[in-house]
Amino acid sequence: MATNRVVGRPFCGTRVITMPDFKTKLAILLGVALSVVVLYGFLYLEREWEIGALLVMVPLGVYFLRRTNALTYYQHAAREMPRFTWISFVLGAVVLIMLLRHDDFALLMLTTVLLYATVSLGLTIQFGFVGVVNFSAVAFFGIGAYSMAALNQHFVFLPDLLIIFFSGAISALLGALLILPILRTRGHYAALITIAFGILFRTFLEVNDVLGGPQGLKVPALEMFGWNFGNSFPSEMGGGSFYVAYAIVALVLVAIVYLITRLIESSWLGLNMDSVRLDEVASAAFGINGPRWKIAAFMLGNCFAGLAGAVYAAMYGFIAPANFNLSDSLLLVSIVLLGGIGNAVAVIPAAFLIVVLPEKFQVIQEYRLLLFGIVVILILRFRPSGLMPRGLRQYFAGRFG
Amino acid sequence: MDLGFFAQYLINGLVQGITYALVAVGFTLFFGVLDVIKFSHGDVLMLGAFTALAVFLGLDQLASPAWLSLIIMLCIGILAMGLLGALLCKFLVLPLKESPPLNTLLITLMFGSVIREAVRLFFPNGSNPKPFPALLPEASINWGNLNLRLDSVILIITGALAIVVTHLLIQKTRIGLAIRAVAQDEETARLMGIDFKKTVLVTFALGSGLAALSGISTGLYYQEINFSMGLMLGVIGFSAAVVGGLGSIYGAIVGGLLFAFLQTLGAIWFSVPAYKDVFAFAVIIILMAWRPTGLLADRSAERV
Repeated sequence: MATNRVVGRPFCGTRVITMPDFKTKLAILLGVALSVVVLYGFLYLEREWEIGALLVMVPLGVYFLRRTNALTYYQHAAREMPRFTWISFVLGAVVLIMLLRHDDFALLMLTTVLLYATVSLGLTIQFGFVGVVNFSAVAFFGIGAYSMAALNQHFVFLPDLLIIFFSGAISALLGALLILPILRTRGHYAALITIAFGILFRTFLEVNDVLGGPQGLKVPALEMFGWNFGNSFPSEMGGGSFYVAYAIVALVLVAIVYLITRLIESSWLGLNMDSVRLDEVASAAFGINGPRWKIAAFMLGNCFAGLAGAVYAAMYGFIAPANFNLSDSLLLVSIVLLGGIGNAVAVIPAAFLIVVLPEKFQVIQEYRLLLFGIVVILILRFRPSGLMPRGLRQYFAGRFG
Repeated sequence: MDLGFFAQYLINGLVQGITYALVAVGFTLFFGVLDVIKFSHGDVLMLGAFTALAVFLGLDQLASPAWLSLIIMLCIGILAMGLLGALLCKFLVLPLKESPPLNTLLITLMFGSVIREAVRLFFPNGSNPKPFPALLPEASINWGNLNLRLDSVILIITGALAIVVTHLLIQKTRIGLAIRAVAQDEETARLMGIDFKKTVLVTFALGSGLAALSGISTGLYYQEINFSMGLMLGVIGFSAAVVGGLGSIYGAIVGGLLFAFLQTLGAIWFSVPAYKDVFAFAVIIILMAWRPTGLLADRSAERV
């Protein structure tokens, strides 16, 4: 028996569409399939004109889908069945990884995208939900990476999965040092504190001999569930680069972090956080403890960054202070801004654009930072709410959990 | 410690402190009129130094005397950066006036990286450090352990003079009155017939001109400039302005000198001088926790 679901905002009354279950699922699956094809194209194609053609086709496709209302239909469907959408997208990503399993470079990019998306989800909670600024995301990413290296060196007996969790925890705890100054300051003053922390962290790494100094540290490959991640897959398992394993780990990480972010957003936690961002004084009058939410968001976001940093360190096998510059923190903030601040879904396409495009246009490799800066300026100037602005909060339809 | 060493550190610290203060005054001016942080400030400084260098290379062909070159370099560098600052304000900062402050911060940051990349790519051999001509007289006095260079003294005096002139400009002239009025209350200032846009543009030009001056003095002092020098100087200038208290010129001066003092102290205390920046920034963070609106800013109550 197919139950009909009411989709849309029931109390706004303008449009109530009913659609049967299987059609909803079909719409979601089609959306996933389309995304996988487009992303595969982005990662697989190599010639500039091919990528260029894809870059022209995608906005045209989006425009077409919007005109035919297919996009609206899909959005309703995804809103109606968030859990099904989430699972489908994770499976879609697995398919994408399998399709690319022999292509080292594509997998490396994909994994980097997923890890950057993880950090950006943390920033989404900080900037987008509670409104705590953090311009040192890369420092917390770096703390995770260095924790991974140091714990691996000194506590060999610890299983790697545990080390990844510890790295996230260490990142959150070191971030706790900044809580007092951040709670006491506002706006630009708070921005300075995180910027100063980022520079302090980098300089500290450079002058500190224990952590390898400017030469950096080597990090051994992960070992989990009896599998050494440094090995490529043997041909009887279908073959494949060793990056496949890292891509899967990064995918699991980003999927869990995304789930946590969305659960926070759709629950009373997110409601409290939003109210603190919009007006701290007014929400305090309603008994919402602003500092508590700021602390929670700051620590959680930094924990996400640390987790991603740990996986990043193991994948690259080598970390140095030069990987953790202020400009990388800005890159991460631009991902959040480009996607649409506060919209968790948007960080993934935004991370894709920012990480993959410069790698693909090797001709402009030399000019990529210049062009990147110009593109971000144009976006901020002409579409300041990002590519996918955050929608209105939904109080009734479709929930996780 | 020996008095000569002490004086030496003091002089070096003063040169740096004045440079930082010049940058910080810019930040304070922009924040005063528009409540924005223009993060490309450091890169404007760098571009000012490179413009001056290009002018010098041009004049060198004409075999102009050193003092004349220096004056022309200063004039062109400061005017060009003032113009750039006004343009930046007109096309990137003012249009974003109604959007969240984060956007302004990011757009100026990105503009800064565009300047930096453009210099690296388009200045001949721009990715390497460039020697900057030593145009100031090279005389120096040795006095015990103190080696007092004449150029340090000139730089300190020039920087201090520039700050005093800026201060007088703001306190004594009509345009300064307009700047103060806009800083206090934009709407009322508009009602009193002040041209808001013009005032803001002039302020941005003024601040950017000061940045060019400090870029050129950095070049003259170290006799070397490179495309990424603006990044650190910008962040330090921003820290100085914030620690002093945004919106106050005295705060910017205090902040600039304080930062140089902290760096010097760090360099003396730790056996590894490289720890000086770690030390300085750590102290800045602690100071901010202690005085969240800076050392000298008025503590305005939050309006609900």
